[in-house]
Amino acid sequence: MSHRSRKLTVSGLSRVEGDGALRITVHGGQVDRAELNIYEPPRFFEAFLRGRSYTEPPDITARICGICPVAYQTSACNAIEQACQAVLDQPLADLRRLLYCGEWISSHALHIYFLHAPDFLGYPDAIALAQEHRDIVARGLELKKAGTAILEVLGGRAVHPVNVRVGGFYRVPAPAELGPLAGQLRRALDLALGTVQWAASFDFPDLELRHDLLSAQDPGRYPLESGTLGTASGLSFPATGFPDHVTEQQVPHSTALHATLDGHRYLTGPLARYSLNSRHLSPAARQAAAAAGLGAECRNPFRSVLVRAVEVVYAVEEALRIIGGYQPPSRPAVEVIPRAATGHGVSEAPRGVLYHRYAIGADGLIRSATIIPPTSQNQAAIEDDLRRVAAAHLHLDDTGLTSLCERVIRNYDPCISCAAHFLTLTVHRA
Amino acid sequence: MTGRSAVVIGIGNPYRHDDGIGPAVADAIGRLQLPGVRVVLSDGEPASLLAAWAGAGLAIVADAARSEPPCPGRIHRLTGNELGGESTGASSHGFGVRYALRLGQALDRQPGQLVVIAVEGTDFTAGTGLSGPVTTARTAAVAAVRAELAGARPG
Repeated sequence: MSHRSRKLTVSGLSRVEGDGALRITVHGGQVDRAELNIYEPPRFFEAFLRGRSYTEPPDITARICGICPVAYQTSACNAIEQACQAVLDQPLADLRRLLYCGEWISSHALHIYFLHAPDFLGYPDAIALAQEHRDIVARGLELKKAGTAILEVLGGRAVHPVNVRVGGFYRVPAPAELGPLAGQLRRALDLALGTVQWAASFDFPDLELRHDLLSAQDPGRYPLESGTLGTASGLSFPATGFPDHVTEQQVPHSTALHATLDGHRYLTGPLARYSLNSRHLSPAARQAAAAAGLGAECRNPFRSVLVRAVEVVYAVEEALRIIGGYQPPSRPAVEVIPRAATGHGVSEAPRGVLYHRYAIGADGLIRSATIIPPTSQNQAAIEDDLRRVAAAHLHLDDTGLTSLCERVIRNYDPCISCAAHFLTLTVHRA
Repeated sequence: MTGRSAVVIGIGNPYRHDDGIGPAVADAIGRLQLPGVRVVLSDGEPASLLAAWAGAGLAIVADAARSEPPCPGRIHRLTGNELGGESTGASSHGFGVRYALRLGQALDRQPGQLVVIAVEGTDFTAGTGLSGPVTTARTAAVAAVRAELAGARPG
């Protein structure tokens, strides 16, 4: 099979976020090309933010994604607050982190149980998994529900929350509103620990990432809603340095821009976060990770399901910690006065570093906006994985190779609706 | 309504013109404050749909639809059985009512009866407000939901 030309086409990858295609060309037993074709039309968010008020990006950019709207709101707030030199009161910063925990729990539970686990257990989808393992899928739903509950209480609703504003929130919860959440989260912690144990039993194909890794870093704690940036290659820089190091460029086969870090390929997301920050996980999350066989670093993308499960444990514990110490802020938001400046903001979306930059005029109107989502940044790394995995498995027939390549894509939980959108697979063996 | 608990779920995005017909119909039902009838707005995400209709004797989903050839404003009535078929496979953004129903069946979290009242739209671009044909159809769609709640239609 590997000694002849082959051309495989999959015109619709399943269980990824959005719509796109994958094209692999094999010639003379060598993989010539592996391209992720993101063909969804560009969505022009950056263009129509121009001329809008500096208060509007949290609500407008939340619409980029229904799975990770809080990440968009938070990076937007971080950038605008940085431009306007506004600093959140600590209780407000804590609430922002709590809201972010809700998104991580909800998004990760969705990916683990509904998109990724069926790959490891030999089911075509979560419905087939549920038919034979009802309790397992029900656990995933309960876990997701705990995250959703945080979004509803703090964000006003689960999808595209409406309670987030530049400088904080429109309304902050009374302690009594957070009480029921704590009870739900205590139950969710057991579910999350059970998820790690369950995911640890999966059979993981061998693959070792060689890319550089980029993650937010937050002194003394695991990065979530803010931070500076760090890389596995030893770089460290603030959000304002992002455009100095990360360069976007157009490629012919994708409507989403590709990105390089100081000219080289890199990866952001759970593996990068974990590998650069695992020492800052909570004790229970660290213990669960160790029991699951994870070391201080993890560079096997198939094990990302395990890292996500550990991050859910952390997010649940962190949410409980914040709720446990909650004292209502004296005001729901700090005052943010517009000034002519450019602000940069990052946060760790479930899929990786999400960067926003806004140039604001003294009149408070946005002059320019730049948004670099994690899936855009990860495209080159995903293509490299595909090349290597396809080359190592050319003995498989087209169906088997296609299925394996789809799994490689799903390791990254790509959100193509954020990057642009996603997925169809074509393998050319010539 | 004849002794069964019921939920009316409006699915759609009001910022995508005609995609907002589902929430518009649900809003109208909510304003009637019918006893024993819950009203929920949803983006169609399966876990929230399962939570919304779990334990309900009757779930009525109000949604927008497209068909070929198009007939904007035409109202379709489908039961859970008629939704059938394969789930949408492209992405979790594509998970919808059909996927949620199949998942609900696998988890024993489906409603006693599911009815979808769908209105064919013509304009799904960004922006608020329903197109003329869909605005005209709204009253009939609300009446169709009320008829289901009154038990006027067989399952």
